[in-house]
Amino acid sequence: MSALEFAKKIKAKFGDLISEPTKFRGEITIQLGDAERIVEVCEFAKKELDFNYLVDISSVDNYGEDPRWTIVYHLRRLADSCELRLKTSVSEEKSELPSVTTVWKTANWHEREIYDMMGVRFRGHPDLRRILMWEGYPYFPLRKDFPLAGKTTDVPGVAFTQPAPLEGGPFVTAPGGKDAIEREPRVRNPES
Amino acid sequence: MRTNTEIGYDSKIEGDVIVTRVDAALNWFRKNSVWPMPMGLACCAIELMAAGASRFDISRFGSEVMRFSPRQSDCMIVAGTVTYKMAGAVKRIYDQMPEPRWVIAMGACASTGGMYRSYAVLQGVDNIIPVDVYVSGCPPRPEALLDALIKLQNKISKEPVLKRLTAVAALKS
Amino acid sequence: MAAKEHKEVCVGEHSRPGCGSVRPAPNSNAVALASSRPAAEELQDAQSERMVLNMGPSHPATHGVLRIVLELDGEIITKADPDVGYLHRGDEKIAENMTYTQFIPYTDRLDYLAPLANNVAYALAVEKLLGIEKDLPPRCQYIRVMCAELARVSSHLLGIGAFAMDLGAVTVFLLTFNEREKVYNLAEAISGARFTTSYTRIGGVMRDLPPGWTEQCRKFCNELVPVLNEVETLLTRNRIWVDRVRDLAVISKEDAIDYGLSGPNLRGSGIEYDLRKAQPYLCYKDLEFDIPIGSVGDCYDRYLVRMEEMRQSLRILHQCIDKIPGGADNKSNEPVNVADGKIVLPPKQKVMTKMEELIHQFMLVTEGVNCPPGEIYFGHENPKGELGFYINSRGGGTPYRMKIRSPSFVNLSIISKIFPGCLMSDTVAILGSLDFVMGECDR
Repeated sequence: MSALEFAKKIKAKFGDLISEPTKFRGEITIQLGDAERIVEVCEFAKKELDFNYLVDISSVDNYGEDPRWTIVYHLRRLADSCELRLKTSVSEEKSELPSVTTVWKTANWHEREIYDMMGVRFRGHPDLRRILMWEGYPYFPLRKDFPLAGKTTDVPGVAFTQPAPLEGGPFVTAPGGKDAIEREPRVRNPES
Repeated sequence: MRTNTEIGYDSKIEGDVIVTRVDAALNWFRKNSVWPMPMGLACCAIELMAAGASRFDISRFGSEVMRFSPRQSDCMIVAGTVTYKMAGAVKRIYDQMPEPRWVIAMGACASTGGMYRSYAVLQGVDNIIPVDVYVSGCPPRPEALLDALIKLQNKISKEPVLKRLTAVAALKS
Repeated sequence: MAAKEHKEVCVGEHSRPGCGSVRPAPNSNAVALASSRPAAEELQDAQSERMVLNMGPSHPATHGVLRIVLELDGEIITKADPDVGYLHRGDEKIAENMTYTQFIPYTDRLDYLAPLANNVAYALAVEKLLGIEKDLPPRCQYIRVMCAELARVSSHLLGIGAFAMDLGAVTVFLLTFNEREKVYNLAEAISGARFTTSYTRIGGVMRDLPPGWTEQCRKFCNELVPVLNEVETLLTRNRIWVDRVRDLAVISKEDAIDYGLSGPNLRGSGIEYDLRKAQPYLCYKDLEFDIPIGSVGDCYDRYLVRMEEMRQSLRILHQCIDKIPGGADNKSNEPVNVADGKIVLPPKQKVMTKMEELIHQFMLVTEGVNCPPGEIYFGHENPKGELGFYINSRGGGTPYRMKIRSPSFVNLSIISKIFPGCLMSDTVAILGSLDFVMGECDR
């Protein structure tokens, strides 16, 4: 359970900024209240606690809730393969938080992808531009209000897009419904 | 002996001489040496490579080399998902191929977008270039690709080449 | 003056043996023209001007659709900027609109050189979310391990074959592809498709091993060893090969960890980290195998690590075939699926006759496996590196957010660090040694 001990050490150092560690399926997660302090926490984790490997940075779009963006950092210690998940939230008006490329260089491309897909900006990133879509693409595809089929765009000389023929939308069940009526597969609108 | 083939050949009379139409001869040359340009984008490219490897040898059918240069190839085999980002490059490479040129859309993704109905995938490469043969499968077996090549060869053998060449010559003069 | 600059660039940036003979001779015209001022300045400008070369998305040696914008100073690369995304198909957005089982074919096409490994990784991730990873029947675990190791062998065969072919050794490509055809035969026997198998399901596998499969597998393992020996004879001590790849693109240990490398790239730099030993899953705890590690971190090391990993995979395969519960024919009728009607489709005879099984079948097909709300991350040792699935679920049969942590995406980010300083002709060797695949990188 040493991941729990490391989480407690982070909580001891940063106090109220860090939530109580939660455990699910053997993994420890801690939440960071203020996204601006993420670089400090990551530096502490890397230098003092030896979390030298950043596995992944993900982003979740909590559409309809505030704060809208949740950025998830997966840290790992290569010495004993101990993993810790660090989450932080960013509101939609701000859509910006500091970049951790100074801590781990691999964060560079992960943050570019989050900017490309979700539209969350990273302050201090050496080269924040789109990585999977092309420069000039006007939308952020992984947002929940962007339809799977896509929208018509045209960046002359680079690429164009047309909506894919989905005949009204993906026909699939909605997650998390309480009763069978909510869970029944039906055409999903982007907002649901 | 009268036969219904394009190449009328009776060895007792003709000996080593074949009498045929110019069209048939030109098409015979062209179809038996279709040099593909592999536009190998995704998983179908691996089956394309397998078709070129020793088990399903594609050079038996005349596609001796996979020329990666569009200027030296006859047929572009679009193998794999064409995304909108890649579409510009595919079109540009197709434009660089000299006539006569053909296109085989290999696999579901190249034919119609396949199972990727999303914001980033071009729903079929025939939106940007004219396709001669579609191969279904995800990925199609190399035998299916060879079947497509044979179909393409049959299509080539029916082309009215001489008429087209003389028409072009007449336009120019 | 201009000639001296040219030579300095030569000596300072390379320490490889034989470098001196490869360098172009200093431009003697520059010396003659140095006396006439404007022409000399013009020449110096021309010589120090960098050329921007586009190693385009359609290129025989870029292993898929990768575009690298190179800035060249003569033959030496000064800056490299990889441009990915030419195969971005929107897998993560598609995952939000599909049930867990419906997404399995998309996982095949991630690392399309080793589809069985991706299937195993995804199934394990969803099973971790469900909490049933310990409940998998042992036969199922052995079958999955065999699939993953076969996929590893197949992927490394292609990796080395393509690497060698790009550097000119075409025979190796044909040899390895011949062996890959045998793996395709095995995959076709087990799942019906040569290539994109979609073999695993949540809670088990699609169907049990067909009779005679283990014997065929053992035969393949025995036949592969002489081919591996032949490839080694052709490459490992080959003067040309060693000259081209030794001491090329050395990745230090700190860089490898900082840039998040995984798999043979990380182990080639000397870091002993393999997810099969560090976070054992399935039945890897009961199997004996070694982890090959490189010493220098250059392209030659990565090649050697891959060759040795293949031999270790064969070792694992032999152990699995010997130890699989139920034996080759499963005469004792060991289950291959978790015995839970809410996760695994019940057998068809019961579906057509009993009510409970009918309801389970209906719910599983229409709504998918009902996963609890929560989030997990599961990393699997894929042949290319660590394939990870971060699944954020809010309950129900579809994920709320699925992030695919692909090893090739992370491995490619090191290109902008290791290319500068190398020759133009080294790009192909470095790309081959990194062994990435664009389907996985772009998802």
